[in-house]
Amino acid sequence: MEERRPLSFWLLALLFALFVLFLYGPTLTILVLSFQGPEGGLTFPLQGLSLHWYRILWDGVGVVDIWAAFRRSVKLGLTVMVLTTLISLSAGYAFRRRFPGQSLLFHLTVTSLIVPSIVVSLGIALEFRLIDDAVKAWAEANEVTWLAEGYTTAMGLFTSGLGAHLTWTLPFGLLIMFAVFNRFPNQLEEAARDLGASPWQVFRHVVLPLIGPSLVGVALFGFTLSWDEIARSSQAIGDLNTLPLELQGLTTTVTTPEIYALGTLTTGVSVAVIALSFAAIALWRRLRLKRG
Amino acid sequence: MSVSEGPAVAPAPILAAAPPARRSWAPMLQAAPLWAVLLLFFVFPLLATGVVSLWNYTEYSLVPDVTQRNYVEMFEGCSDLSGGLCTTFRTYISTLRLCGMVWACTLVLGFAVSYFLCFHVRSDGMRMALFLVCTAPFLTSNVIRMISWIPLLGREGVVNGVLVGAGIVDKPQDWLLFSEFSVVLAFVHLYTLFVVVPVFNSMMRIDHRLLEAARDAGATGWQTVWHVVVPLAKPGLVIGSIFVIVLVMGDFVTIGVMGGQQIASVGKVIQVQMSYLQFPAAAAQAMVLLALVLLVIAVMTKLVDIRREL
Repeated sequence: MEERRPLSFWLLALLFALFVLFLYGPTLTILVLSFQGPEGGLTFPLQGLSLHWYRILWDGVGVVDIWAAFRRSVKLGLTVMVLTTLISLSAGYAFRRRFPGQSLLFHLTVTSLIVPSIVVSLGIALEFRLIDDAVKAWAEANEVTWLAEGYTTAMGLFTSGLGAHLTWTLPFGLLIMFAVFNRFPNQLEEAARDLGASPWQVFRHVVLPLIGPSLVGVALFGFTLSWDEIARSSQAIGDLNTLPLELQGLTTTVTTPEIYALGTLTTGVSVAVIALSFAAIALWRRLRLKRG
Repeated sequence: MSVSEGPAVAPAPILAAAPPARRSWAPMLQAAPLWAVLLLFFVFPLLATGVVSLWNYTEYSLVPDVTQRNYVEMFEGCSDLSGGLCTTFRTYISTLRLCGMVWACTLVLGFAVSYFLCFHVRSDGMRMALFLVCTAPFLTSNVIRMISWIPLLGREGVVNGVLVGAGIVDKPQDWLLFSEFSVVLAFVHLYTLFVVVPVFNSMMRIDHRLLEAARDAGATGWQTVWHVVVPLAKPGLVIGSIFVIVLVMGDFVTIGVMGGQQIASVGKVIQVQMSYLQFPAAAAQAMVLLALVLLVIAVMTKLVDIRREL
């Protein structure tokens, strides 16, 4: 401490501490309350300490098959994660050079991020409705009976739902790739190319090891943003809901700490994924250092 | 090998000549998946919304005739101000009011937090750690972060317990939860980090010598903040503002959960119309909302450009 901290430091430090409490306090509250005893309600005081509400959750929440929704959300989240990483990486690579339509694509991506989610969700729902109507009309006109009778909708978790999630995760992925490639030491690539490496070899042995940790970051965003997505899914998910959509529905009907148990579990998954990503990044760095 | 051993000048034309052959198609191919996703799930849907907003509809189906019905019905009675404002105007005003309150709170709080991180925290490692602490909740569920206010703000919640216990109020307050207050609180809780991240980014680029220069020239702390830091952090402030305003304007989840389904918002109107299968009406609402949002963004980005030119 070469100089004394001014008063403004202490005031802002206090504000910052309160802000962190504001951010995390409520979530910690439901973590504690999820361990209510069987007699406990939605608020303090704690009536004993038990896993009662987790046991009830394990058996399923009333009419809603929460575990099916859980599995659906995991599958969708993993798909979104893989696609977000691959598409962002590929597009990030493209943006390092000039290509026609570059500026339009960039603006489109940013717009996709800031257009209200309800508008995007509604648009996807309408688009798929129009597709459905067109397919049915076509099948009837051409007397393709199996299609005319059997066809219901193209909407679903892995069509419209997946697309809706990607419009939300890809802008984040691309912006992260921009940040990465802006700081990328291009001379390393040039050196590899001068030594006769093919474009694939340059990618595999020079670029990938350097950007790996950032790719883990993109994957982390892809999974967690999809895992918690509501607004864009709301109209575009089809008949089967994801976990956050079920959870949103339950907020109005469930009046027991069971919902806190579910909330804690969902947050637990997010926290585990975040921790796993940090571990992966640390491991990646260590391996690279070891290799030289 | 031969390339690196040769004279430095000779290989240059060969290297420069080789990439353009690939340059023409490789980046386009690499960008193709992003194009495909955005066209399929963003551009076409918006076009579909625009088209359907001009269609007629019955109780059961869409009728593809061009009509102004949806827009006319939306603004029905809006020209007559004698009997109070029409529903659409009232909804928009209520939404904009929320926007204004949330914007003010998140901007001040976000600025203060970023300022502390950038100018008061001295070690880089500590700064990064605290920054991550501020941003990590973004990766957890919004709905859960909303419902976690219930045990705090409810009738029998912690806050009421403290207020009654301390004798500040004589009976539990109802306005704490499922009210405009709780909606604004939840928004600030959820979206302050959308201000913190871009403002932090802008502030990190500020040369600390500028602050010293201001101090040496006799500026007080406030003067330095207001005349040096704020103008230089403006791009971040504008980006953060755009995020917050747009997120609040299109919201229906937070307003639904934290407002106890009582507070009107444009996003909620769209959602309700969708649930009644009034697709063209919802599409028209969406188009008007989109236009308003784009207008806000246009004004905001102008604001920053003008300042930069001055």
